[in-house]
Amino acid sequence: MKNQPILIKGGRVIDPASSHDAKADVLIKNGTIASVAKTIAVPDGARVIDASNLVVAPGFIDLHTHLREPGFEDKETVATGTRAAAKGGFTTLCAMPNTKPPADNPATIDYVLRKAREEGVVRVLPIGCVTKASAGKELAEMGELAQAGAVAFSDDGNPVSDDNLMRQALAYASAFDLPISNHCEVDELFQGGVMNEGWVATRLGLRGVPNSAEEVMVARDISLAALTGGRIHLAHISTAGTVELVRRAKEQGISVTCEVTPHHLTITEQAVLGRLDDNGAFDPLDIDSYNTYAKVNPPLRTRKDVDAVVQGLKDGIIDIIATDHAPHNRVDKLCPMPEAAFGISVLETALGSVLSLAHNKTVGLPRIVEALTSAPAAILKRTDIGTLKKGAQADVVIFDPDASWTVDPSKFASKGKNTPLGGATLKGLVTATIFNGSVVYEAKS
Amino acid sequence: MKAGAQVTLCAPPTLLPPDFLGSARQQKGHPFASVRIETNVEKAVEGAQVVMALRLQLERQRSGHLPSLREYSRMYCINPKRMELARPDALVMHPGPMNEGIEIDPEVAHGARSVIEEQVTNGVAVRMALLYSIVTPAPSERRSS
Repeated sequence: MKNQPILIKGGRVIDPASSHDAKADVLIKNGTIASVAKTIAVPDGARVIDASNLVVAPGFIDLHTHLREPGFEDKETVATGTRAAAKGGFTTLCAMPNTKPPADNPATIDYVLRKAREEGVVRVLPIGCVTKASAGKELAEMGELAQAGAVAFSDDGNPVSDDNLMRQALAYASAFDLPISNHCEVDELFQGGVMNEGWVATRLGLRGVPNSAEEVMVARDISLAALTGGRIHLAHISTAGTVELVRRAKEQGISVTCEVTPHHLTITEQAVLGRLDDNGAFDPLDIDSYNTYAKVNPPLRTRKDVDAVVQGLKDGIIDIIATDHAPHNRVDKLCPMPEAAFGISVLETALGSVLSLAHNKTVGLPRIVEALTSAPAAILKRTDIGTLKKGAQADVVIFDPDASWTVDPSKFASKGKNTPLGGATLKGLVTATIFNGSVVYEAKS
Repeated sequence: MKAGAQVTLCAPPTLLPPDFLGSARQQKGHPFASVRIETNVEKAVEGAQVVMALRLQLERQRSGHLPSLREYSRMYCINPKRMELARPDALVMHPGPMNEGIEIDPEVAHGARSVIEEQVTNGVAVRMALLYSIVTPAPSERRSS
């Protein structure tokens, strides 16, 4: 019931946008945040949710989700993807345009928005293509896409390789004050790679992707952002060198933002060997040593890179955490490594993954919450989401940061069961998600 | 040391695994830590007791790893002049098939120090033994009949 007031009592309320981190009650009325205060009396007819020992935060915002609809409904739909989001604590998803047809036209944007309205359980903000059919030849009609509701532009898995076209795209999009999210990867350096270049790839006889494949394009995009004054957003950065390039760009005041995924923050190329730790790199190989669930683009990197992106997140060089949720069906992964699809189903494991950084005290919990809420809202230039300020949209997540659980992909709400974390134990679990004033997910207790 | 031998691996840098050139090999426990990497074939052959060439996959040139087969042959071919740098009794090996005149000079391949034909013959027996050991149970797993 949307109009029933909800009172969330006694949780640790973390709202980075208002620098709030203390025990408090949160009252939701008519789909908005009515108040946050130390103690709030229960209003008539209100539902009370006990949040003692739990964290209460704004609903998470994911700037990089693949909902696959239209065109790839075997992998995910708006209905299943938004339910996976609710289970993972996300109340806003930015849907990537690499659908079929691609979202290079207002009709596809309309379709995604209609599906979200009719079948979705959280907010869906579509991203439009940078170029027609994401083919990298001519600009898409960005103005019309923006009018239809696109919140950013991206050719997603197809980097905008043509330097001049990227220059024009950044300049043109600046008229609408919208960012271009680029997947930085130089095709000539990528060369059909399937994992990180290095010892593990050599050992498995797999083609590797060097860090330079990402860094060369990051450097180009930063230069073009400076040239045009456009807003560049670097999707899923993965290397220590990229963090350094972004650090320097930000020092120079260039308009650049970037995101990192939960997997690039927490696991290394060893996952391709079927290992989630740093040990056993030289152990004998076995049947788990070619784990296609760990095939993702950009590839999982080395411990040095993981440490660098974690530090970058902590320092704010990396603005946000985004999932790059990339659901696939079984047959896309049950094949030899070179034929397997890139991508990991992330929405339902994201929180448990990134909370490991809080548990091992490398990044504070408020900073993690910020990177999932107010920081992505700032990139979207929205002040009504990603916060618990009075009057904001009533999007709230309640989670138990200390609850341990074992990842069982068969229980995912997402159609994509493709994760290298199957069987792993994560600490941190969503207990309830509220979107627009209604409870859209509640863990069975 | 590998199987009692000090091994040197020599190739143009573009044909070596990238991590063999960097610091990765110094990682503790790396199986190739003891292998010497050399990109100058004269230095690699110098003082060797065994010189083994390996077939150059011709498609490597097309994918931009090498400027030309001609240059590869000039820079890396195991020829009589280079064999003079090895020990006088050094053996010449090659697992075959050979691109004679590219990675190995015909004079060396068929010279007095070549054991290539013997190597190929032994290779058949080794493959037979490997196949046998793969398809039969280990002694500890054999049941007495």
